[in-house]
Amino acid sequence: MNYNWNWLVFFDLAPDGSGTYLHTLITGMYWTIGVSVLAWIIALVVGVVVGVLRTSRIGWIELICGWYVEVFRNIPLLVQMFLWYFVFPEVIPESLGDMIKQADPIWSIFWTAVVCLGLFTSSRIAEQVRAGITALPRGQSMAATALGLTRPQVYRYVLLPMTARMVMPPLTSEALNLVKNSSVAFTIGLLELTGAARSMQEFTFQIFESFAAATVLYLVVNAVVVVLMRLVERYLSVPGFMGAKR
Amino acid sequence: MNGFDLDTIISSIPYLFMQGMAFTLKLTVLSTLGAIILGTLLAMMRLSSNRLVSGVAGGYVNLMRALPLILIIFWFYFLVPYIVGWIAQAGRPIAVGGFTSALITFVLFEAAYFCEIMRAGIQSVPSGQTAAGYALGLNYWQLMRHIVLPQAFRNMTPLLLTQMIVVFQDTSLVYVLSLTDFLGAANNVAQRDGRLVEMFVFVAMVYFVMSYAASRLVKVLERRMAVAQ
Repeated sequence: MNYNWNWLVFFDLAPDGSGTYLHTLITGMYWTIGVSVLAWIIALVVGVVVGVLRTSRIGWIELICGWYVEVFRNIPLLVQMFLWYFVFPEVIPESLGDMIKQADPIWSIFWTAVVCLGLFTSSRIAEQVRAGITALPRGQSMAATALGLTRPQVYRYVLLPMTARMVMPPLTSEALNLVKNSSVAFTIGLLELTGAARSMQEFTFQIFESFAAATVLYLVVNAVVVVLMRLVERYLSVPGFMGAKR
Repeated sequence: MNGFDLDTIISSIPYLFMQGMAFTLKLTVLSTLGAIILGTLLAMMRLSSNRLVSGVAGGYVNLMRALPLILIIFWFYFLVPYIVGWIAQAGRPIAVGGFTSALITFVLFEAAYFCEIMRAGIQSVPSGQTAAGYALGLNYWQLMRHIVLPQAFRNMTPLLLTQMIVVFQDTSLVYVLSLTDFLGAANNVAQRDGRLVEMFVFVAMVYFVMSYAASRLVKVLERRMAVAQ
């Protein structure tokens, strides 16, 4: 097949003057990591709160949180990204919307992506947390209540610490999903890893080299996430309970 | 912004649904069918006792599942013409249409996810049945065709349908190839009329209603099946 391979293209200078194409790709990877890490923080906080509230046994709160999860789960992520980027600044009070529109475009895109991915992932984490809490033997919360703990204390000292260990494996795959999903931010103009590879491909016409490099970098990021999550899992493990070292 | 303009939506409904949604549904159904077939083959390979066969299938599935769909879409968008050219011995890349390219991409990508579902499905059939089948003199393909796969499909129907809803939502990503799926069509109208708010809110509502209704139906089906068993 007549395709001109040129693996040295990574050391050519990119036309935007920032350095070599390799530098473009690595910068893209940093954006991917940055979006993912910040979105992960939002996702964890909101996800745990919503997940806990879904087990609160207060009808209207459970209903609202149930709908929260359904809304984020049943709209494609790309459409959500467009809603946050194009629609959200228009429907909030004008002064706030203008503030977003006048901000440095790179950062308004970045924060839009962070919020969008964070809330999207939070709905999935909420489901994991809820499933984890429901999976605990009912005796645990009964025993804790019998010991005189208040409801918040039951969650704080008994249910959540146990749930945290149980949801570690699904959380690892959610973290990997988040890294992959961050590529959707490319559609609103964030030059994350996929976007960087795409722009390199457009400038150099070295299609397969660009995408191969992005592929390798994604695999590297994935490997790092898996190792980190496993370290956290081992650090949290309770002797005699699941996930503990033998 | 001067008010929510319903007229833009109403006047573009025929275009949005006859062109956009038709494309989305066609792509969803065809890629799901293709991906189930390929995914089942991959699952059989992964469960093979031959190390090489299971290794190849496992490597493929893990690679696909590790990469973002958008990157895969780009990969195949450029790769498929070369592969087709190579198969046809043309000596040069042969252009394929946007729909074909998207279809091939989604079949190859989603097959990795359907493979994992079908693997669980095949493993859900008790091994005693496999042993009994072999004892009756069936060969591997007869065993799969008449005993294991029918039960695997039945056990996994809710998961397969749920994954189909995921495919339905994933197809919106063909936006990056500027194809006119439902979102692409809405985007065209939005850009033409300068009505981004209306169009994207409408798109979100349509996707929500369809996915939510479908997932409720899957839940009903799941409950009925649980009773039947």
